[in-house]
Amino acid sequence: MSTSKKQILVDPLSKNNPVVVLMLGICSALAVTAQVKPALVMGISVTVVLAFSNVIISLLRNTIPNRIRIIVQLVVVAALVIIVEQVLKAFAYDVWGQLSVFIGLIITNCILMGRLEAFALGNTPFDSFLDGIGNGLGYTAILLIVAIVREFLGSGSLMGYAIIPSSFYEGGYMNNGLMILPPMALIVVGCIIWVHRSIDKDLQE
Amino acid sequence: MNKNSNTYTFIYASVMVILVAAALALTNGLLKEKHNKNSEIDKMTQILRSIKVEADKNNAENLFEQNIKSAYILNSAGQVVNKSPESAFSVEISKEVIKPLEERQLPVYEAQLEGKTLYILPVYGAGLWGPIWGYISLESDRNTIFAVSFSHSGETPGLGAEITTEPFQAPFSGKVLYKDGDFRSIAVLKSGQKSDSQDAVDAISGGTITSKGVEDMLLACLGAYKAFFEQVEAENKEE
Repeated sequence: MSTSKKQILVDPLSKNNPVVVLMLGICSALAVTAQVKPALVMGISVTVVLAFSNVIISLLRNTIPNRIRIIVQLVVVAALVIIVEQVLKAFAYDVWGQLSVFIGLIITNCILMGRLEAFALGNTPFDSFLDGIGNGLGYTAILLIVAIVREFLGSGSLMGYAIIPSSFYEGGYMNNGLMILPPMALIVVGCIIWVHRSIDKDLQE
Repeated sequence: MNKNSNTYTFIYASVMVILVAAALALTNGLLKEKHNKNSEIDKMTQILRSIKVEADKNNAENLFEQNIKSAYILNSAGQVVNKSPESAFSVEISKEVIKPLEERQLPVYEAQLEGKTLYILPVYGAGLWGPIWGYISLESDRNTIFAVSFSHSGETPGLGAEITTEPFQAPFSGKVLYKDGDFRSIAVLKSGQKSDSQDAVDAISGGTITSKGVEDMLLACLGAYKAFFEQVEAENKEE
């Protein structure tokens, strides 16, 4: 893989991360990160939808009438999201039940429209695919970090398995119920951004 | 060809919409059978959980057949109006609860577990973000709760969604619906509170509205079965 292609794939993981640098998709980062499992499935779903909608829009980019390009993008994204939902409902019913509303909300995830407008409309299908995968993974990574912090401190478990031994609870330890509420997700994201910027000085404004 | 002309835009949009519609219809058509199967199995699992039988998607159908001996539909006067298990299974509770009481179809599942007869009743109500529902199994006295299972579609994970967990559901076992000869249902109260007039379980802290939803759901849905509950006393008197 040439360096430029590699960069398309790797850049969104840190330097151009959609959540902590471009500030896109924050809303879903709040909604699904109370537990690790839904966050992971959400991350994978967004990655799949993003990669394929990028490819489709990139294939169509020379035919799309400029005046209705946003509508075309929306239709493609919406169709893909519905297909993902249908597939999950058929093959991973319990996860589908857990995520139900949030799958539909992938359509409104700003990362999708952002990448389609900024990248897929002007690049080749393969580059767009890499960009979609890269951004999807960047998004998933942040979701996972937030979810791990919130589930561990808020419920004392990870992926649904209890991590904090019951003897701690007997000794007076309590789960922090505040971690489960959406505002804490925002604060955790804020902390990640803080750490991220203090490591990567180039990002500081 | 001029890509900015109205004709081009119009044709492009039309073709795109037709193609997308076809693709979605195709996906749905191909997966429909699997979806129905999944939701049936899910329903069986939930019903089984209400009599403390844990099933997964592989053995749900077998366990359901073994444990659930019959199912029928009652009217609000407690009379059996339909004896077919299939129609009882396919009653959609969400549509029944909005009908006037006299017109409602009330499904009952009868289970045999370790020689005991248990009655399983479906309930359906509103949580904070969306519907909540569940199955309540009663002992043969049609008064004491054997166990419950609740589900929800979109309650907050870690708060309202806790109604599906063991710590919330286990205390329901052994609670009674009737006190002093009157139907009282079960209260869901903040821990520390007590109710003298009815049996109560602890609510979820931080999940007040969902807990209240469970309480209202039990009162409304089980209330419709009053005639069915009171048949037992009548039958006992005859003997």
